[in-house]
This record gives sequence, C-alpha cells and structure tokens, in this order.
Amino acid sequence: MLTLDKLAIEQGDFRLSADLEIETGASVAVIGPSGAGKSTLLSVIAGFLAPSAGRVLWDSAEITGTAPGERPLSILFQDQNLFPHLTLETNLALGLNPKGKIDRAARAQIEGALARVGLEGLGKRKPGQISGGQQSRAGLARALLRARPMLLLDEPFAALGPALKTEMLALVAEIAREQGTTVLMVSHDPEDARVLCPQTVLVAEGKAHPPQDTTALLADPPPVLREYLGEGARPRD
Amino acid sequence: MAARLREITPAALASAALVALVLGTLAAVAIRAGGLTGLRATDLAAIRFTLWQAALSALISCVLAIPVARALHRRRFPGRGALISLLGAPFILPVIVAVFGLIAVFGRRGLVNAMLAPLGIEPITIYGAQGVIIAHVFFNLPLATRMILHGWQAIPAERFRLAATLGFGPSEVTRHLERPMLRSVLPGAFLAIFLVCLTSFAVALTLGGGPRATTVELAIYQAFRFDFDMGRAASLALVQVAISVTALLIAARVTMPASFGAGHDRTTRPIPQLAGGAGRTSLDALAIVLAAAFLLAPIGAVFARGLPALPELPAMIWPATLTSLVIALASTLVTLIIALPLALAATRHRWAEIAAMLPMTASALVMGTGAFLIARPFINPTSLALPMVLLTNAALSIPFATRILMPEIRTLQSDYDRLAASLGMRGIARLRLLTLPRLARPLGFSAGLAAAFSMGDLGVITLFSDGQTRTLPLALFQLMGSYRMDQAAGAATLLLSLTFALFWALDRAGHHADSR
Repeated sequence: MLTLDKLAIEQGDFRLSADLEIETGASVAVIGPSGAGKSTLLSVIAGFLAPSAGRVLWDSAEITGTAPGERPLSILFQDQNLFPHLTLETNLALGLNPKGKIDRAARAQIEGALARVGLEGLGKRKPGQISGGQQSRAGLARALLRARPMLLLDEPFAALGPALKTEMLALVAEIAREQGTTVLMVSHDPEDARVLCPQTVLVAEGKAHPPQDTTALLADPPPVLREYLGEGARPRD
Repeated sequence: MAARLREITPAALASAALVALVLGTLAAVAIRAGGLTGLRATDLAAIRFTLWQAALSALISCVLAIPVARALHRRRFPGRGALISLLGAPFILPVIVAVFGLIAVFGRRGLVNAMLAPLGIEPITIYGAQGVIIAHVFFNLPLATRMILHGWQAIPAERFRLAATLGFGPSEVTRHLERPMLRSVLPGAFLAIFLVCLTSFAVALTLGGGPRATTVELAIYQAFRFDFDMGRAASLALVQVAISVTALLIAARVTMPASFGAGHDRTTRPIPQLAGGAGRTSLDALAIVLAAAFLLAPIGAVFARGLPALPELPAMIWPATLTSLVIALASTLVTLIIALPLALAATRHRWAEIAAMLPMTASALVMGTGAFLIARPFINPTSLALPMVLLTNAALSIPFATRILMPEIRTLQSDYDRLAASLGMRGIARLRLLTLPRLARPLGFSAGLAAAFSMGDLGVITLFSDGQTRTLPLALFQLMGSYRMDQAAGAATLLLSLTFALFWALDRAGHHADSR
C-alpha cells in the first residue's frame, strides 16, 4: 500500500497537499486541470522532489528520503524514457542493474522482455531506429525487467495516436495484472482513466483527493473538474 | 547527504587543485614581493604600454571588423563559408608562427615593403609598438568579426523583411537595425579583446621590447631572467593580476558575446534592396578582400617559405617536437580531468564555475614565477620546466573548456537526469553510459582547443628553460633569434601543421564518438 501521509509540496507560489492511501495492486488515474500539480505529485512519489512536510510510505516503510533508484517503483515520463545513444539491449539492461552489465542470464531476460512487448529481435537497434510506439514498448519492457511493485506513468503515451495509445494501455493493464503492479497514471484524457483505472485521484485547487470510483466521478464531476473536462465530461453509454 | 557529498567530491578536488595552482603561486609571489616599492620608472612605462596597446588593439580590431562583418552578412559569394570558418583559425594559431608570418609580410624585407619601395615610400617596420598592435589586430580582427557577424545574424530576418516593405534603403537600415545591434555587441567585443591583449607575452617578446614596447608580462620575464630580481618580478606579477582582475570585474558587468564555436550561419538570403548599389557592393568586396589578404598572407608566407625548408630542419627540432606533442596531449588530459567535473557541478553550484574561471585572473608568467619561488628552496627549478608548462597550459584552457561544456551539460541534465536517477545510475557507470557519450562533441572540441593552445604556447618555457630543454615554439623562437630564417620557416610550418592537425583530429574524434 502506498501512503501519502500529510504530504505538503511547495515550489515558489505553488502549493499542493496530499493525505491519501492507494491499495496494492490498484490502478489509479491522476486527473485534474493543467498546472494543478499532477506531475509534481508523481515527482515527489518518485523522489525527484522533496516534500516540504509529510511522509511517503510503501507498505508502512518510510521512503521519503530514499534515492529515486532505490524506491519500489518504476516511472515512465512523457518523453526521454530511453537513452538515444544506447541500444535497446543496453537501455533494458539498465533496468536489471544500474551499471548496464549484460551477462548470459541478463541477455535471456532482456530478450524475454522484448518479446513480451512485441519487439523480438530489435535489441541491437537504437531508439532513433524504431517508431514512437515501439519506443514506448521498450520503456515498458524495461519497467517489466525492473519488476518493482509500483509503476508511475506520467503521460508516456500522450504523443501516440489514439489506436496506438489504446494498444499501450491494454499492454500496461495486462502486465500490471500479471505482476500485481500498483499503477498510478497521470492523464489528460478521461477516456484513459475509464479504460485502465477503476479509481481516480483528483488533483485540483492545491489538493490531491483520495481515490474515488472513476465512473462515478466522471458521471458527476465536481465543478472544477467539469470546467476542465468541458462537454466531454458527460458519461457515454 | 552522503550521496550529495559524493556527487560534488570530484568538483571540489578539481577546484582545490586550481586554487592551489592559481592562488598558491600568487601567494608565493605576494609574500616574496613585500610591497610594491621595487618598481622602477621603466616598469611604470610597461604598465602604461600594457593598457594603451590593449585599448588600441581592441579599438582597431572592432572598428575594422564592422565593415568586414557587414560585408559578410549581406553578400553571398563562393568561398564565403570557408572564409567564415577560417576566421576561427587565429584562435588556435601559435603566436610565434603568426609573428613569423607577419614579419615575412610586414618586415623589412617583407612583401609590403617590397611593394612600397618602387613608390619611393620609406620602409615600414614591424618591430616596436606598431608591430605589437598589428599582431594583436591580426589575432583579434577575426574574433571581432565573428562576434559582430553573430550580432548581425541575431537580428530576426522578419525585421529585415519589414524594413524592405517600409521602403528602407541602406542608410535607414543602418540607423534603425544595425546601430542598435552594434551598440549592444561592440562593448563586449572590445572588452574581450582588451582582456586578451592585457596578458600578451609572446607578441611583446618577439616584436616589442625596449622602453616603448614592453608589456607587464614581458617586464616580469625580464626582471626574472635578466636582472634575477625576484622582488621586482613579484611586484610586477601582482600588478598584472590587479589589472586583469579589474578588467574582468568591468567585463562581468557587460554581457560578453560568444567568442568562439562553429560559425553559426543561417541560410536566410540577404534582401537586395537593403544591400545598396554598385558603390556599396564594391566597398564590401574591398573589405572582404583586404581582410582575407591580411589573414591569409602571413599564413601563406609561412608555408611558401617553410615547405621547401622542411628537409633542412636542424636535428634539435625533433626532440623539441616530441616534447611539445607529449606536453600538449598530457595538458589536454589534465584540462578535461579538471574541467569536466567543474562544468558538471557548475550548472548547480556557482562556486564551481568561479573556480573554473579563476585562471583568467592569472597569467602564465605569474604562475611560473610563483612556482619558481616555491620550488627554489627545495629543488633545481629548471627541472620543473616541463611540468609547469604542462600545468599552466592546462590551467589557461580550463575556462574555455568549461564554457564550451556547460550549455551541453545543461541540456544533458534537463533531458536525462531524472531517467538516470530513477534507474539508480551513478559514479563511473553514469559517466561511461551517459555523460561521456552524450558530451563527446563538446569534449572533442575542448580537447582540440586545449591541445592546440598547448602546442603553440610560448610562455612559461621561456622563464625556466636552461637552453637545453625546449618545446617546438621555443626552438622556433631560438632559430628566429639567431636569424636562421629558412630553418625557422620550416619549423613554423611544422608547428602550424601539427597544431591544426591536433585540433582537427581531436575535434573529429569527438564527432566520431558521438553515436546519437
């Protein structure tokens, strides 16, 4: 279970508070107006940004001061998820150990992970030599190898077309189910939340609210969310 | 906390090494000086000369650079790109080679006097104050031209198009677009050149001298070598540092334009209406031809005279060449080992950037003098000659290397810091897998500059040399001093070729290692 215990985040004039819990194995969307602090919240959970007060806990162990690489999580960003000068194989090897060493066991694992996301035999390619969709898959394959209990997604599929994005979300859901991963996904698109995440954390007006039922939230959004979502907020049947 | 500490340790060590070298030698000099009482009237003349020759060199370079930069900006002709690239060449040209070339062109038996003689004009001389200034303009006119050209190219193309639609002619363009740009670019260009000329040593050593053309750096050398007057050398060294620091503090208040780098050149074509008629076209052509001739003639003269002389080089050239190559490569390595951690830390810690810029306040001669004073009680200082040359060369390259690396490091950090942190990459693994591959290009360019600077340097070696230990520039200087001009031409050709080859090879290696 991920616990954000009376968390307070300050960056200049920006303020965000969070006091909530997320069940192990849950898939939770993080939605809210632009600039509300969705990515900032993920940065604090991932350890890139220190909160000004409060604690972050995983299964009751405090990780507030733990280095990003040692936290029980993997994160996929909007872009720059792969090092463009390294082959996919080396990029994935960094998920196994931060020195990027590849022995026979590692090679087999990497090939397995590539196959799992549909990139068999592309290990020697560099990110620039494959498509955007394939790059997303490679990022996911590295998260797969890291096998951390939590996966944070900071809109990693925003640049993909609708069909590709649906495909990736399905793949994430599948992998999360297999590994029992807790998923936290920032998204601009309520449809993403509906597809992948039964629960949603609403970030608005300086507060990250505890997770609530996604369908119910989108069916009857509070004013601040309604304003952000516009007409598209109406439930589709 | 421990991780934070580990992160800045390399930068802290690099800073400590630089501080020890720059401030340690300065302290040795200061302790030795015991007040500024040791100065003579000739030393005061040296201070005056240093200031006014630097001011005049900077002024002439800037004024002459304006028509050249304007012509390069508004004309298109075959070889224009090559000429703009060539403007970067004096930056790595060994001073002593340039001096040889300038003597071949402007000297008593040079090309210019050969042309003037039939017209009955008195021969001009390259020695003395005017020689020092001609040499400084030779080095800095290209620098100024690049900085001003950069300013021209920074005027948005839309503004020129707007000017064309408003029916502006060349003089309105000058008033509304060019003059404001020049007002913002020229002070920085002037100061940058003024700063460089303040610490001029090799030019003054070869072309200057005497009561009318001695710089403070040269006076330090003379007090040290000829008068064995350590106290006076120390006093002069402090004067030199005071002048440099004052000038740097003034310069820090003025935005300095970028002074080097690949010739940025946008492809927007000039608008004919704004460029003026045949009169202006021929004036532009004249500016370009004269500037190109001024730049190319001395280099051409070195090759013309030196290539045939290569087989007759005296035997002493070869060990000197080997010494210079070894020192250049070692000094390049030291430059990168110090500059890289400093540049990596400098994007977050101001102290690291200040440490990296520290050598700009020092001069090679001051560091050399200090090292001599420190070493003298313990060992024979001449045995320190080559290590000191290596270290001072590296120290003087570190500010440039740091400035080249920092923007690329900012990009690297904003692009990949989070990813690397989330994967737990640090230490050697991070250096090998991320930092070095992503910085290959600026590292190669910095290495090329550092190697070229060191290869062509004629500074500290003159202070320490016992006549036996020599670098290639010193060997060339000795050949010139004994009027063996053909051999000197051969040595100059060798030095010039090796310097450019080193720069080219290291810069290429950086491009090659960049696998993006």
